[in-house]
Amino acid sequence: MNKRNLIAFAFLTVVGVFLIFSTFMMHPFGDPNEQAMDQYIIDNTVDETGANNGVTAVVFDYRGFDTLGEATVLFTAVAGVILVFRRLKK
Amino acid sequence: MKGMSTIVKTTANISFPFILIYGLYLIAHGHLTPGGGFQGGAVVASGLVLMLVAYNTEWISKRIKESHLSIFESLGALSFVILAFLGIIFGTAFFSNFLVGTETLFGGIPLNGAADINTGGIIPLMNFAVGLKVIAGLFAIVYIMAHFISKKEEKIA
Repeated sequence: MNKRNLIAFAFLTVVGVFLIFSTFMMHPFGDPNEQAMDQYIIDNTVDETGANNGVTAVVFDYRGFDTLGEATVLFTAVAGVILVFRRLKK
Repeated sequence: MKGMSTIVKTTANISFPFILIYGLYLIAHGHLTPGGGFQGGAVVASGLVLMLVAYNTEWISKRIKESHLSIFESLGALSFVILAFLGIIFGTAFFSNFLVGTETLFGGIPLNGAADINTGGIIPLMNFAVGLKVIAGLFAIVYIMAHFISKKEEKIA
C-alpha cells in the first residue's frame, strides 16, 4: 500500500467514523424542536382556508409566494427549451 | 413516421381517457385529497406524451399546435399572478385568500371541520391555473423535442 492509498484510507476512516457517530446523535424523527407553527397550521387550516389538504393550503395560501417562484422556474425551463430547439430547427 | 404498432396504439387509446380523468380529478380535488395543480398537471401531460409516443409527431401536430400550448401556459401563469394581485385589492396582502367565507364561488365555509368541493377560496382556482400551466409546459417540452428529432431524422433519411 503506497502513501497515497494510506492517506485516502485514513481520510475515509475519519469521515466514516464521523458519519456513523452523527447518525446516532441525530434528532429523533417526527419530534421537532419548535412545534408552534406546525400546530398552528394543523389547528387552523380548515377554518382559515377551507381546505382539507393541509399541504395544498400551505403551498397555495400560506406560502403562495414560494409557489410563484416554482411556477416561474417551470416557465423559464419551457421558454429555454422552446428557444433552443426552435433555433436548431431551421 | 408511422408511430408504433397497433397493440401500442390500441392500449394508448384505451388508457388515455382514464389518465386524463385521473389527472383532472387530482387538479379539481387539490384542496381535499392528496395532489394538486402540479401533480395533476404532470399526470395529464404524461397522458398526452403517451399519445405522442404511440402515434407520431405529425399526427399530434395536426391536433395540437405549439402556439396553443404557449397560449395555455401563458394563460395559466397570468391567471395565477392576477389571482395573487387580487389578494391585494380585495384582501389584505399578496396571495391572501380573499374568497374564503364570502359564500360565492369556492367561498363556502367548511362545516364541522370538513371541507367539500365548494370551499377553499382561491386555492382551487390557483390549482386550476397551475394545472393548466403544468399541462401546457411539460407537454410543450416533450413536443418541441420530438418535433426537432423527427425533423432531424427526415434530413438524415
